[in-house]
Amino acid sequence: MSSSSFRLFQFAAPARFYGLAGALIPWCWAAFAVLAAIGLWMGLFVAPTDATQGDAYRIIFIHVPAAWMSMLLYLVMAFWAAIGWAFNARLASMTARAIAPTGAMFTFLALWTGALWGRPTWGTWWVWDARLTSELILLFLYAGFLSLVSAIDDPRRADRAGALLAIVGAVNIPIIHYSVVWWNTLHQGASVSVTKGASMQSQMLAAMLLMALAFWMYSIAVTLVRVRCIIREREG
Amino acid sequence: MSGPFAAILARDLRLAARRRADALLPIAFFTVAISLFPLGVGPEPQTLRQIAPGVVWVAALLAAMLSVTQLYAGDLADGSLEQMLVASGPGTLDKLGLVLAKAAAHWLVTGLPLVIVAPLFGLMFDMRGEAIASLALTLALGTPVLSLLGGLGAALTLGLRSGAALLILLIVPLCIPALIFGAGAVAAIDAGQSARGHYSLLGAFLIFTALVAPPATAAALRIATE
Repeated sequence: MSSSSFRLFQFAAPARFYGLAGALIPWCWAAFAVLAAIGLWMGLFVAPTDATQGDAYRIIFIHVPAAWMSMLLYLVMAFWAAIGWAFNARLASMTARAIAPTGAMFTFLALWTGALWGRPTWGTWWVWDARLTSELILLFLYAGFLSLVSAIDDPRRADRAGALLAIVGAVNIPIIHYSVVWWNTLHQGASVSVTKGASMQSQMLAAMLLMALAFWMYSIAVTLVRVRCIIREREG
Repeated sequence: MSGPFAAILARDLRLAARRRADALLPIAFFTVAISLFPLGVGPEPQTLRQIAPGVVWVAALLAAMLSVTQLYAGDLADGSLEQMLVASGPGTLDKLGLVLAKAAAHWLVTGLPLVIVAPLFGLMFDMRGEAIASLALTLALGTPVLSLLGGLGAALTLGLRSGAALLILLIVPLCIPALIFGAGAVAAIDAGQSARGHYSLLGAFLIFTALVAPPATAAALRIATE
C-alpha cells in the first residue's frame, strides 16, 4: 500500500477527521456561496424567458437540483451506513446520520418548489403524478430513518438498525418508483404530463448545473458540520 | 410435519389460541376501519363500489401493521427470543427459519382471517362476484408480504418506546407496491380488463420479499438483541 493512501485512511479516526473537517468547512461554504451566486444570477437574469411558461419556470433552478440531491443523498447515506455497519467504521456511520436531515430537507424543498411551480403552470398545487408521489414516499423513507435512529438510545444499535433500514430502502426504491409509475399510467385522468420541451437552452442547463454543484457544496458543508457535532457528542 | 420449524409455528399458534381476544383484535380493527368509510364518504353504491378495493386493502395493511408489533415483543420480554437465537445444533432452528416460522404464524393468525372475511365486505360494498374473487386472491398473495415486511419492522423496533407508531412509519412505504398491485387488480377486473399483469407483479413482489425480508429480519434481530 502506498504511503498516500495510508495517509487518507488515517482520517477514518474521528478525532483526526474532526480537524480535517474543520479546515474544509469554510472552503465548502465559500464554494457554495460563489456557485449559488453565479447560478442564481445566470438562472434569474441571463437565461431567456420560457416561451410557454414565462418567468414562472425559473423555479426549476432550485427545484430540479433539489430533487437530484434528494435522491442522490439517500443513496450516499445508504452507502456510508452500509460501510459503517460492514467494517464497523464509526466515522462512516456518523456520516450517514449527518446526511439524513439534509436529504430530508432537499426532498421537502423539491416538493415545496414543485407545488409553487405547479400552481401557475398546471393550475394546481399538487397532482398525484408518478414523480411527485415517488418523491413524497422518499420523504417518508427519510422520516423513517430519522425516527428510527433517534428512537434508539444506544448509538451502536442505532447506527446498525439505521444502516439495515437504509439498505432495505435503497433496494426497494426502484420497485416503489416503478410500481408508482405503473399505478399512475393506469389512473390517467387528472394527471398532467411533466415532460418539458425536447431541447433545453444551454444557458438554462448551465445555470441548473451550477445550482446542482452549489447544492453539493452546501450538502458537504452541512454534513461536515453535523459530523463534527456528532464526534463531539459521542467521543467527548 | 415435525421438526423445529413446525414446533415454533405450533407454539405461536397455541399462544394465539390461548389469547383469543388478542388474536381477534386485528379482524375487529379491520371491520371497524372499513365500516367507517361508508359513514364518511356516503352510502351511494356507485362510489362505494369504486373505492372498495382500495379501502379493503388499506384496512388490511393497517391491521397487519398494528398486529405485527407484538410478533417478537412477548418472546423478548420472557427471554425466550434470546434462547431461540443462541440455540444451535440438531433439533434447533437457525435465525432464518425462526423468522420464517414467526412470519408464517403471524400470517395464519392475522392474514388468513382477513382473506376469509374480505369477501363479506365486498358484498357490503356492492362489488360484483368476479371482483370479490379477485379481492380475495390479491389479499391471499399480498398479506404474506405484509407479514414478512411487518416482521422486519417488528425486529427493527424491538423494545423501543414508540415501537408501534415507528413500525408503521418504517414499513408502510415498503408495502406500497403490494397495495398498488393488490387494489389495482380488483379495479382492473371492475373495469372489465384483465388483471393478469397485476397478479404476476404481486406474485413477483411476494417472491422478492420472501427472499429479501427474512435475512434482513434475522440481521435486525441480531442488532436488537446484541
